[in-house]
Amino acid sequence: MIVEKIFNKWILVFLFLIPVLGFIFEEPYYITLTTKVVILGIAGIGLNLALGYCGLISFGHAAFFGLGGYVTGILSFHALNSELMFSWPFVSSGSSDMLVIWPIVILSSAFLALIIGLLSLRTTGVYFIMITLAFAQMLYFFAISWPNYGGEDGLSIYMRNSLPIINTMDPLTFYFICLCWLLIVIFISAKLINSSFGMAFQAIKQNEERVKSVGIETFKVKLLVFVISGTITGLAGSLYTDLNRFISPSVLNWQMSGEIMVFVILGGIARLYGPLVGAAFFIVLEQTLGGYTENWQFWLGLILILEILYVRTGILSLFEKKLKYEK
Amino acid sequence: MSSILFFEQLLNGIQFGTMLFLMSAGLTLIFGVMGLINLAHGSFYMIGAFSAALIAGLTGSFWLALLASLSGAAIAGVLIEILIIRRLYRRDHLDQVLATFALILLLSEGVRWCFGAFPLYLDIPKNLNGTLLILDDIIYSKYRLFIIFMGLLIATGLYVLITKTRLGVRIRAGQNDRQMISALGVDISKLYTIVFALGASLAGLAGAMIGAIQSVEVGMGEPILILAFVVIVIGGIGSIKGALIGSILVGVTDTIGRIFLPELLKIFMEPASATSVGSSIGSMLIYILMALILIIKPSGLFGKT
Repeated sequence: MIVEKIFNKWILVFLFLIPVLGFIFEEPYYITLTTKVVILGIAGIGLNLALGYCGLISFGHAAFFGLGGYVTGILSFHALNSELMFSWPFVSSGSSDMLVIWPIVILSSAFLALIIGLLSLRTTGVYFIMITLAFAQMLYFFAISWPNYGGEDGLSIYMRNSLPIINTMDPLTFYFICLCWLLIVIFISAKLINSSFGMAFQAIKQNEERVKSVGIETFKVKLLVFVISGTITGLAGSLYTDLNRFISPSVLNWQMSGEIMVFVILGGIARLYGPLVGAAFFIVLEQTLGGYTENWQFWLGLILILEILYVRTGILSLFEKKLKYEK
Repeated sequence: MSSILFFEQLLNGIQFGTMLFLMSAGLTLIFGVMGLINLAHGSFYMIGAFSAALIAGLTGSFWLALLASLSGAAIAGVLIEILIIRRLYRRDHLDQVLATFALILLLSEGVRWCFGAFPLYLDIPKNLNGTLLILDDIIYSKYRLFIIFMGLLIATGLYVLITKTRLGVRIRAGQNDRQMISALGVDISKLYTIVFALGASLAGLAGAMIGAIQSVEVGMGEPILILAFVVIVIGGIGSIKGALIGSILVGVTDTIGRIFLPELLKIFMEPASATSVGSSIGSMLIYILMALILIIKPSGLFGKT
C-alpha cells in the first residue's frame, strides 16, 4: 500500500513536469497529450466511484461524457454565432464563459444521471449493464439524427471557451485548468470514499443485503453514487470538448463507454489513481504502437485480455507491497 | 400512407427481425447455459460474412459461401472458446464484458489485417435476384423473402434441437443446474464448446446473409450486436422464445418507427420539424421500448425472476 502511495505522488509530479518540459522544449503536442490523459483520467475517476467502489457496472458512461461535451459545444456554438438558443422561460443565447458553462454542465449531467439512475437501478446484474448501455445508445442515435448541431458530422467551436483574466487558448494554461479539476475531483473522491457514506457504498459492493439489514436505504445510496459519478464524467466531457474545440456523436458511442471502463480496469479497479494511470497507459500505447502500426488496437486487445486473464488487478497493483498475511 | 407501403415495411421489419433472431438466439443460449455476456458475438457475424465473401470470390457459389460462413464462424468460435472464453465462465460480469470487449478489438483488427480496410461485396445468386408479386399488388424482393424463410427454418430447427434431441436436453439441463449435469457424467466443457460454436455459426450465417444486401466490412457486427442485446434483454436473458419474440418486436418497431413516426408527427407539427423530430425519436424508439419493458418487468418478457 505504501509503495502505491509513493507512486501516486510521483504521478502528480510527472503531471506537473511533462507539460512544463513540453513548454520549455517547445513541443506543444506533449502538452495536448497530457491534457488528454488528465481529462480522460477525470472521466475514469468518475466511473470508478460507481463501478470500482460501489460495484455498479455502468456500460453507459459515454452518455454523461457526451452530454457534458454537447452542453459545452451547444452553449458556445450559440454564443459565438450570437444566435438565440431559446426564448422560454427566459431568453438565452448561450455562453462561452467556462464559469457559466461548468455549473450548467454539472447540473445537467447530474440531472441525466438522476433520471438514468432512477430507472436503471431497479435492475441488477446483466440487466443493469445492458440498460445503461441502452440509455447511452439512445443519446448517441439522438445526437446523430438531430440535424441542428451538426448531426453525424459533429459540431466545431472556433474559439475555446474563456475564463476571466486567464487566456485559455494557451495550451499550458488550459492544461493547468484541467489539472486543477483533476486535483479537485481526486480530493472530493478521497473524501467521499473515507466518509461514512463512502463506507456504505463500498459495503454495498460486498453485500447489499447486509447493508440493508442495518437500516441503510441502499437504493438512495446507489443513486447518489451514480449521480456523483455521472457528474464527474460529464465535467470531463466538457473539458474534452474545449480541448478539441470539436464534439461529435462518437463520444457518445458505446465504444467510448468501453474505453472509460478500460481506463479503470487497466489502472486498477477501486484505486483512486487507477483510472488516471489507465488513461495514461492507454494514450502512451496509442502514441507508441500507433506510430509503428495501424493495427495498434490489436495489441491493446491482447494486453487487455492478458491483464484480465492473468494480472486481474491492474497496473497499480504491481506497485503494491503485499502485507505478510496477504497472498 | 398507403397500406402497400405499410405492408412492405412490415415485411422489412420481419426480415430484419429474423436476422436479429439468428444473432440473439446464440447470445441468449450462451448466456443461459454458460452465464457469459459475450460482446464479441458481433465479431462472429463479421467473421461469417468475411468467410462467405472469401469463398464466394474463389468459387462463385453463393450456397458454398453460406456454408463457409457457418463453418468459418463455428471454427473461430471453437478456437476462441478453448483459448479464451473458457477461462471467463467463473469470472464476474465485469471481467466478461471487458475481456470480450478486448476480443472485439483483437478480432476486428485481425480481420482488417487479413482483408484490408476496404469493404468486400457478396452477390445475391441469380435465382434470388429480382422481385416477387405477393397478394396481387405487393411487390417484394425475393432475396429478403428468402432471408425470412431461412430465419423461420432455423427457428424451427432450433426448437426441434432444444426440445427433441439429446443435445437439447443437455442444453436445457445446463441452463437449470450446471453442477448437477456434470455430476451426472455429461462432459460439461465439451457441451459449452458446442453451444458456443452453435451460437457463433448462427451469427456467422446472419452476417453472410446480411452481407449480401449491405457490404462486408470490419465493424459491421457491432451495431447489430447492440441490437441483439436489446432483443435478449427485452425477451428475457436465456430464453429462446423471448429472443424470437423480442427480435420481431425490435425489427418491426425499428423499421416502422423510422418511416412512420415523421409522417405521424406531421399531423401535429410543421413538416420540417416533424421530419427531424420524427427521425430522431424513430432511431431511439427501440431503446425507449427496452427501457419501458425493463421498468415494467425488470427481467424481460420471458426472463426468470
